[in-house]
Amino acid sequence: MMKHFSSILLHLTRRGVRLAAAACILLAACAPAATPTPAATPSGPVELAVMTHDSFAVSEDLVRSFEQANNAKLTFIKSGDTGAALNRAILTKSSPQADVFYGVDNTFLSRALKEDIFEPYAPPGLADIPAAFKLDPSNRALPVDYGDVCINYDKAYFAGKNLPVPQSLEDLAKPEYKGLLAVENPATSSPGLAFLLATIAHFGPQKYLEYWNSLVSNQVAVVNDWETAYYTNFSGSSGKGPQPMVVSYASSPAAEVIYAETPPADAPTASITAPGTCFRQVEFVGILKGTAKRALAEKFVDFMLSVPFQEDVPLQMFVYPVNEQAALPDAFTQYAAVAEQPASLPPDEVAANREAWIQAWTEAVLR
Amino acid sequence: MSLTARPRSALAWGSLLWLLPLAFLLLFFLTPLARILALAWQAAGEQGALSAGLPGQVMYPLGFTLFQAALSTLLTLLAGLPAAYLFGRFSFAGRRLLRVLSTLPFILPTVVVAAGFNALLGPRGLLNLALMGLAGLDQPPIHFMNTLGAILTAHVFYNVSVVLRVVGGAWERLDLRLEQAARTLGAGGLRAFWEVTLPLLRPAILGAALLVFLFNFTSFGVILLLGGPRFVTLEVEIYIQALQLLNLPLAGLLSAVQLGFTLLLTALARRLEPGQGIPLAPRVKGEGLRNPRGWGQRLALGALVAGLALFTLSPLAALAVRSVTRLEAERGQRGAVQTGLTLDYYRELFVNRRGSIFYVPPATAALNSLLYALATVGISLGLGVPAAYALNRSGPARRWLDALLMLPLGASAVTLGLGYVITFNRPPLDVRSFPLLIPIAHSLVALPFVVRTLQPAIAAVPPSLRQAAEVLGASPARAWLLVDVPILSRAALTGAVFAFTISLGEFGATSLLARPEFPTLPVAIFRFFSQPGALNYGQAMAMATLLMLVCALSILALDR
Repeated sequence: MMKHFSSILLHLTRRGVRLAAAACILLAACAPAATPTPAATPSGPVELAVMTHDSFAVSEDLVRSFEQANNAKLTFIKSGDTGAALNRAILTKSSPQADVFYGVDNTFLSRALKEDIFEPYAPPGLADIPAAFKLDPSNRALPVDYGDVCINYDKAYFAGKNLPVPQSLEDLAKPEYKGLLAVENPATSSPGLAFLLATIAHFGPQKYLEYWNSLVSNQVAVVNDWETAYYTNFSGSSGKGPQPMVVSYASSPAAEVIYAETPPADAPTASITAPGTCFRQVEFVGILKGTAKRALAEKFVDFMLSVPFQEDVPLQMFVYPVNEQAALPDAFTQYAAVAEQPASLPPDEVAANREAWIQAWTEAVLR
Repeated sequence: MSLTARPRSALAWGSLLWLLPLAFLLLFFLTPLARILALAWQAAGEQGALSAGLPGQVMYPLGFTLFQAALSTLLTLLAGLPAAYLFGRFSFAGRRLLRVLSTLPFILPTVVVAAGFNALLGPRGLLNLALMGLAGLDQPPIHFMNTLGAILTAHVFYNVSVVLRVVGGAWERLDLRLEQAARTLGAGGLRAFWEVTLPLLRPAILGAALLVFLFNFTSFGVILLLGGPRFVTLEVEIYIQALQLLNLPLAGLLSAVQLGFTLLLTALARRLEPGQGIPLAPRVKGEGLRNPRGWGQRLALGALVAGLALFTLSPLAALAVRSVTRLEAERGQRGAVQTGLTLDYYRELFVNRRGSIFYVPPATAALNSLLYALATVGISLGLGVPAAYALNRSGPARRWLDALLMLPLGASAVTLGLGYVITFNRPPLDVRSFPLLIPIAHSLVALPFVVRTLQPAIAAVPPSLRQAAEVLGASPARAWLLVDVPILSRAALTGAVFAFTISLGEFGATSLLARPEFPTLPVAIFRFFSQPGALNYGQAMAMATLLMLVCALSILALDR
């Protein structure tokens, strides 16, 4: 009976199947050759695979010039959000699917180091990076960029109500700011986790839940993801939601200007950057253990720390370069702010307590 | 002719029907799943990570998952069955268009549906803005987002088309003469419905209910985006544990619980089904359809059509409207919002403003989506047809195959995705270079739909027709081609539309497995959505509107 199925199918959806067959052929044709590229072919370019998260972006020009200079072909493997991508790298560490991994941040750093997925490498570019970013003394994970998770506010709202902008975490619990703040769930959102860590750094692991209880009585709005918080709840963005304050990034006001429909005279939003109110996320790159293309991988890491790539980072990913030599674009110097004294916690402490903190927060705030 | 009377060779061929679908499931479903669960088990042993608070960590999400899935399924049936009656029994102007449009929710990524509901019912949605304007309120009167109501509404919104297509299709195929015979014998309209029509529809209703239940059972995006942080299903908890807390052991345990319940539910649904399908003579297509008679019927029908159109279309329309609208709040006024029309968002889609290497023109994203969707249709029909035939043969293996086929619907997408990543690691089956893995993953979800729509249709093919053809000298192949195929083509088409739409709207597996150079429309939508700025938001809306358009046009072309 089996042999009849093809004819039946053909009859059933003749067009559909033919199209699908065409699709298969097309897809197969588009796909790069599945054969593993040998480390050194004299003629063709050497393929370098870079595993990263969904938010990774880079200018096409830069990629092409790196490829030309090094006779390389870069392949980017995007694997979901930060957690998903790191998980993939960890799960496949015995037979790595890429040569370089970019995008592990300081909240996940300890986990990546404990799983030992990176090979140490000390690039010459390290000299231009401030010591505060070098969180891994063994140089397995190298800092590339950072971003401050800060509260964004709707400038027009505060101006219109003659309301002073809060200047500390404590202020947010005051009655004049009742119902004005939207935050993300730390269990499902990376800025949400960063803000929770800022409160833990400020109030300590014993007292932070007390603070959150006061936020809850001050009607803080909690949603699961940044998209909802920013576009549905926040009044300063396109969604024109009900809350004039939201947990986002210090660079978001610059994005509001760059991605405005008509260039505004001034950013409609701004960040609260007062000491202790922001949490700094640092993103790292590392050479994956077991790569057969160590030399090229080193070149790529050098490239990521070089001035051209570092200057590309702000407008591609809305984060700041760690290289002190890199100049910032105008929109950033004008509208984006850098946190004055961002809260920070040692990566080891975050790794050891992240689950317990989130669990306790969930019980206190959501249930 | 019963199975026992068949010659031996037919039996042997019959068992071959299993082979292809079984091999497919073994390779692309069971292997990756087993590997990831084994890894989780091993990690559990090493870390001793399963703590004392475990029962609560499993029972709380499990309880809510079952509760919301049952309630959502009930509401979907309540909304879907009248609509199925409408489409199964009446012809009216715009019937085909409405059927296509009612499929649209099914394809939309949750992030878009959430945006649609937000554009309609959110704090600054069209409805709240209108009410605030009319009544002079300064707070939005409707609280919809982050409520249980939002979860249930979205689930009904998504799944009404499943009931409509599966049950409505079966209704349309019913042999009218049976009901007419009952009426001739003196049964009233209600009694004929209760004692003739309903029992005949039972397999379709049960099948649709099971599909809807499992869809809601593994609900992820709706819970996360519309329900908000207070509601946690198993799938949401698996996502949090696996990808945010990197607690693979607990994620594995939750996945196993989810799979266990899927098997249990499938077995339960099987028991409820009548043992033997009732063969029905195929009838002229559209024979059972009639125009509404009298004012009362016209009015009721009109109300039903309007209700269905309003419910399925208003969030989509709000989205389309939002894609050409800009909102500008007056300074310092939280209430007053000015609106203006703009085509900027569409224009901007064609500009690679940042010179990014990952920029993809909308037409390319649409083409990628279409190619994946067509490949999914091919794969899931190629496997679904033999599987549906195999399911219609009795035997002990039948129940197993049935459960196995439904299992992918109940499998955690996160877990399976990680399973793919560790299993398909080297050529030729390498997630990095084998693009067919995406339509294959989509086919796992589409297959239950294809099988559930085909199987009752196959059961209803009267063997007497095939026998008559064979008596008249047709070879078994020819008899099949001339008897089965024309009868089944409608059901196969329904399955194909499901497969097509499932693939077109799928986001999770695609984002994990797709190469960044070949993003689909949902992936492109998400890329815009995850960046701040009015243009990005607008472009996400514009891309979503394009997705709806592409889907509507494709279904119109496919569904004749």
